[in-house]
Amino acid sequence: MTPMTEAQNSLAIANPKMSARDVKVFYGEKQAIKGVSIDVDMDHVTAFIGPSGCGKSTFLRTLNRMNDTVASARVEGEITLDGENIYASSMDVVQLRARVGMVFQKPNPFPKSIYENIAYGPRIHGLAAAKADLDVVVEKSLRRAGLWEEVKDRLHDSGTALSGGQQQRLCIGRAIAVEPEVILMDEPCSALDPIATAKIEELIHELRGRYAIVIVTHNMQQAARVSQRTAFFHLGELVEYGVTSDIFTNPRQERTKDYITGRYG
Amino acid sequence: MAEHTIKAFDQEMDTLRGLIAEMGGRAEAAIENAMLALQRQDKVLAAEVVAADKRIDVIEAEVEKLAIEIIALRAPMANDLRDVIAALKIVSVIERIGDYAKNIAKRVPLIATNTRIHEPISLLPSMGQVAGEMVHDVLNAFAARDADLALAVVERDTVVDDFYNSVFRTLVTFMVENPKTISECAHLLFIAKNIERIGDHATNVAEMVYYAATGQTLPERERGADMQPED
Repeated sequence: MTPMTEAQNSLAIANPKMSARDVKVFYGEKQAIKGVSIDVDMDHVTAFIGPSGCGKSTFLRTLNRMNDTVASARVEGEITLDGENIYASSMDVVQLRARVGMVFQKPNPFPKSIYENIAYGPRIHGLAAAKADLDVVVEKSLRRAGLWEEVKDRLHDSGTALSGGQQQRLCIGRAIAVEPEVILMDEPCSALDPIATAKIEELIHELRGRYAIVIVTHNMQQAARVSQRTAFFHLGELVEYGVTSDIFTNPRQERTKDYITGRYG
Repeated sequence: MAEHTIKAFDQEMDTLRGLIAEMGGRAEAAIENAMLALQRQDKVLAAEVVAADKRIDVIEAEVEKLAIEIIALRAPMANDLRDVIAALKIVSVIERIGDYAKNIAKRVPLIATNTRIHEPISLLPSMGQVAGEMVHDVLNAFAARDADLALAVVERDTVVDDFYNSVFRTLVTFMVENPKTISECAHLLFIAKNIERIGDHATNVAEMVYYAATGQTLPERERGADMQPED
């Protein structure tokens, strides 16, 4: 394993949930990620920030092998979940994505009922089969997603009939339903208004500790509000990783400072 | 330092710095003129110092308003945030420094008639000069984001404290020997104390400037051997 340089990382994470070491991602000839090493843990929300094209979303997608679906993508280096290499041939990718769930930029509920959106995952993963068990999972997941009170009387309406913010919470509920250990969020609020955004941010706060949460965001204020750890990416490199309040009040790296103070351009 | 992508943000930060530079310059002039008025027993100059303090108060309010607007509208981060917070804190300290200078000026007419206290009065100008230079240097340090210059100001505080202790002993001795001057000498004691407080405030500003420039807080320093209890 390549040790993280002091410049990159001011954090010592004792029990990382996920660890990346010297991860490189190539799209064909083009190298998108240039040797990133980082640890994330259960107790903190980790935010990835950086300008467009810096590789933060690409890197996030390596954490549950979403890049496998891109034919030209190639990943080097090592990524572990609880110490287990997720790129090992013995790793079941479907199982991995249940353990490392993902929420996307645009809410993407299935064109099915609210109930089915939540019940689908647990059913195919064999977590619940009987109707009564599924009912329990659906209520628990919707409660954790902060959506239960708003939808409990119309569980059989279509998920796509909900508002954008409700749809996104439904997607978070769907990710939660399969009892993941890590939740990856890729710009989860960029399609939402400020009120719906605040509800998602509050939800992230409530979910913290139960799941390791990694969020990619363009909105630096959002990173500052929801995370306790912030990683700044630039040109495919991890420039700086530290405690969020340090990154936003006293960044160590000149590039981080220029970015967060609005001096790029 | 590189400019912000949003130019208006740079302009607002420049305005903020400009206001603090003006305010500091006025506080420095107030100290100098108050000491000059004392030395020359010049009541007219003393009255001018008192009147000029109003402008210092006005600038304080302007800086507070602008700093709050910048925080609300620009959401400053990192060194920008530290600069704005430092600006907010610095103006309230400079306002106090202005008040001390005004207080010195207000005492001038109360002692100007007594010719027997020329000797103790002569002790004060050099003390006032050191405190005035501290104010001058610390504002230069803020303008230039110069942490080393800020440190140099912090270290000079003991000079003012030592001055104060020496003036205190001299005045007490003088009063014992010249009981008829006690009322005037009591004013001089307050003036010396005011100058000593100006030095303390300049030191506080230096600590804020150091933090704004480096992001690090200064370690707790050794205090000067001040005979007065800390207030």
